[in-house]
Amino acid sequence: MRRALPILAVLMVLLAAIAVVNPFFLEPAGFLAFLKRAAPLVILAAGQYFVIVSGEFDLSVGSLVTAEVVIAARLIDGDESATAPVLALLIVVGLLVGLVNGVVTTKLRVPSFIVTLGMLLVLSGAVFLWTGGAPRGALSQGFRMFGRGGLGLLPWSVLILLAVGAVAIWLMRADFGKTLIATGDNVRAAALSGVRVDRAKIFAFMFSGLAAAVAAILLGGFAGVSAQAGQGLEFSAITAVVLGGVVLGGGRGSVLAAMAGAFTLEALFTLLNLYGISGALEFTVQGVIIIAAVAAGAIRLPRKFTPRRGDAHAAS
Amino acid sequence: MNLLVRGRRPARRGEAHGGLAARLREPTQVVFLALLGLVAVGWALVALDGDQFLTMESVVGIQQRSAALGIVAIGQTLAILAGSLDLSVAYLISLASLVAAEIMAGQDGNVVPAVAAVLAISALVGLVNGLVITGLQVHAFIATLGVSLIIKGIVDHLYDGPAGKVPESFQLLGYSRIGPIPVSAMLWAGVAVVAWFLLSRTRLGYRIYAVGGDEEVARLSGIRTGRVIVIVHVLCSVCAGIAGLLLAGRLGAGAPTVGTDGGYDLESIAAVVLGGTALAGGKGGVAGTVGGVLLLAVLDTIFNQLEINSFGKDVVRGVVIVIAVAVYARRGTRRPA
Repeated sequence: MRRALPILAVLMVLLAAIAVVNPFFLEPAGFLAFLKRAAPLVILAAGQYFVIVSGEFDLSVGSLVTAEVVIAARLIDGDESATAPVLALLIVVGLLVGLVNGVVTTKLRVPSFIVTLGMLLVLSGAVFLWTGGAPRGALSQGFRMFGRGGLGLLPWSVLILLAVGAVAIWLMRADFGKTLIATGDNVRAAALSGVRVDRAKIFAFMFSGLAAAVAAILLGGFAGVSAQAGQGLEFSAITAVVLGGVVLGGGRGSVLAAMAGAFTLEALFTLLNLYGISGALEFTVQGVIIIAAVAAGAIRLPRKFTPRRGDAHAAS
Repeated sequence: MNLLVRGRRPARRGEAHGGLAARLREPTQVVFLALLGLVAVGWALVALDGDQFLTMESVVGIQQRSAALGIVAIGQTLAILAGSLDLSVAYLISLASLVAAEIMAGQDGNVVPAVAAVLAISALVGLVNGLVITGLQVHAFIATLGVSLIIKGIVDHLYDGPAGKVPESFQLLGYSRIGPIPVSAMLWAGVAVVAWFLLSRTRLGYRIYAVGGDEEVARLSGIRTGRVIVIVHVLCSVCAGIAGLLLAGRLGAGAPTVGTDGGYDLESIAAVVLGGTALAGGKGGVAGTVGGVLLLAVLDTIFNQLEINSFGKDVVRGVVIVIAVAVYARRGTRRPA
């Protein structure tokens, strides 16, 4: 919790700034709409956190989200009764992709940057090879309910987000979280003290895949089917995690801060829109803020060693 | 460790070179053997399909297809060898093509100022990348991602489509060839030779390997590591600028999407790693990268000639990259550390 304080403070400032310009934001409906929009990125950031804190990268989540949405649309094809089995299949696919990423990274000792980059190419190629270049089919109402519907006032996506957040925080407090952080901090020391480091990393990748599957279910319902459903999400998720003060290279940072980082990023987008900064320049402002935020973090903690390597395998 | 000692005593050049060559031989050999194998397989597959593989047309095509990626990948090699990486090259290529075409405005006389402006802007972007990484202590991944967002915002804000005009004389850079060798491929070869010379024959080259091998050890040995990292980022960005010039020459205009459509950021990193350079830095070289880029281009050509769906190409590409790096990792274990 203490680690999450700086980013939570920044988040509060941004939320207050949004509320000043747009008072509707203070009403439950307005705030819940914001949470609903932010949910997929926050869930992805939670998944990405597990991978980053264990010292690895997952670049495949963006194309995994796209692939999941396209698979769902093609298999459901408007058929209401197919919803439940396809949902189960999406979860399995997410876990499976994570498993492959994790096993290739740990057992074949390929840097995760490359493994997940390869996975990105394979997923985006394979899914469009299967559908012939463009998404086909349609999602059912039952499927779209998760992204757009709600239980009374509460959107389903916010409930799912709360559940994912609770599980993530619980996992990081359990033994698993401690071994994962130890693994990311120093693989060799963790292995020598009896941590099954390979297994911890494989689980981390599987959580990231699972998070991508859940995010895809929400995004598919919220935004519909498109070939660009997950475009750029891998970089957004990594940025969110790093904004939360989690160190690339592993071993430092909390999952709560990572999720707060994703909220901050989403609040930043909302704020830039409200202030009418034109679509494209938004990226410029975003770039400056990301660099500034990470630089500020590095300066505040001068004694902490910040690896400057492309990958944690530098350590081995 | 030996490498570092040599880096500090460049007087013993002969021995240093032998050592370095031995160090680089392994993965480079692998990638060129794989290239030969792929050409043979391609030949067989295309022949079975009732066509001819290595025609003049396809050889020229392979070279042209790989020239732009090849130049970017050489810059990326320098950054990765020093333990860094550059995700901003794709948007920088778009920016460079636009700056070149806008300044040229179809006039032959404007070619020189345009080229100078592109090189200056690229160097500036590289300088910013390097200074953010070293001065502000931001991880290269985030620093160059942030810089790429900044460039993307500016480019998308100012342009919605192709702009400017490249004069006929400069378009020759994109298309003309001498015998079977396109001018663009010669430019690539030129950049590769310069980078090879830099890495294997100069002090800066040794320092790049030293910093990539272990930054802390390099710093303690008296290398100004920050300066080395800034320099490799400037060189990497200048390479991206040259690739932008080449693509502007080929398109006849500048385009805001030319860099991202080509996926030059992740693709150049993939080519470097395919060529046997370690992503963590300190090991590898330019020759491997050239092999890696050619391998990707030959793969493209085989897929085009067999008229296989381009999405299948991405699948094969992804698998090939991962397998190649897995093979290098396996070889690494057998060698005593």
